[in-house]
Amino acid sequence: MTAERFDHPDVVICPGGPLLLRGEHLVADADGRMHRTTRPVSAVCRCGKSADQPWCDGTHKVLPDKQKP
Amino acid sequence: MRVPKARGELSEALTAAMQAETTGTTDAAAAWSRAHTAEATDDADRHLALWTMYELAYRGFDDVDEALEWHPELLALRRSLEQGFERELREWFSPPELDEPFGDALFALIEGVDGVSLASFVQREATVEQTMELLRYRTIYHLKEADPTAWVVPRLTTGPKAALMELQYDEYGCGDPNRLHSHLFVRGLDAAGLRSDYGAYVDDVPVEVLVQNNAMSLFGLHRRLRGAALGHLAAFEATSSMPSRRMAQGLDRLGLPAEMIAYYDEHVEADAVHEQLAVRTICAALVEEEPAQAAEVAFGALTCLGLEDRFARRMLAEWGAE
Repeated sequence: MTAERFDHPDVVICPGGPLLLRGEHLVADADGRMHRTTRPVSAVCRCGKSADQPWCDGTHKVLPDKQKP
Repeated sequence: MRVPKARGELSEALTAAMQAETTGTTDAAAAWSRAHTAEATDDADRHLALWTMYELAYRGFDDVDEALEWHPELLALRRSLEQGFERELREWFSPPELDEPFGDALFALIEGVDGVSLASFVQREATVEQTMELLRYRTIYHLKEADPTAWVVPRLTTGPKAALMELQYDEYGCGDPNRLHSHLFVRGLDAAGLRSDYGAYVDDVPVEVLVQNNAMSLFGLHRRLRGAALGHLAAFEATSSMPSRRMAQGLDRLGLPAEMIAYYDEHVEADAVHEQLAVRTICAALVEEEPAQAAEVAFGALTCLGLEDRFARRMLAEWGAE
């Protein structure tokens, strides 16, 4: 039996949703402010509507389809 | 925690049997015989009995011998209640077949359930008294947050197992006890002047809370129900981020303590991550490895949403806010 190799990307783009970052990162928001990740996986906003920038707060789910990332 | 107050004939008979076993002062065989033949007075009685038996697998009771967790008489009674409960859940929450890709279909299934939202009520209208009542009822789950799902870990193959642990590690504070989600809730309760000792409010909660908690334990404790457990997790996480924001805004509106607001703020951000992990990496990985689990994942998701809707309707009706 050979051990399977699993895909385990550092960055994952979620369809219609955020970008997942695995590991520690320093993220600059749109205003140039720095935010350090604090959890094993972080979700970065891609729709631009999160009230918790630069992080996702689930707001993309209430946007019309054409405004989803 | 001590054994909760009985709510009817069945929970009373169970309590008596556990006490007989623990103290050895009365005839345990006769007490079990009465427990097996006792008719549940109502759903609250039946679900309190089941909740009490499940609790032996979590933190137990100060006044019950912890060896009872695996007592054959207790397990037989637990099984008979579980069979009836699972039958009901499957009747109530029969899932449709999900399309491909599975992750999108599961998100769509969850988003398609139009449940009543207590968070929206707290955000805009609830009084301090109503909100404190809700927080007391939430202690039953939030003080064991993520625990029922932890049972599932050893039952999974490599891909879904690693994915579930990635999420659970965050739930459990990444090794820092101060960041454990259930501990964040303890800090909120303390600051709000509520009791934060485990199970403190179980005598007060409506049956709907016991049913929600029992469904999670049922799914978590049976390997056979691993798909339902992970579907429940996915639905829970996918309906948490925005409602947590509404809860935080409501608590702020009512002037409730920053520590309790911080618990909900943490869930805005954490669960925006967790919903993606739960749906796309955990449940999708499980279904890829075990395609037959797709319907079970959907069943678990509908159970989570349906039981929260029942609880929300009950509370809004009691508050005259329907």
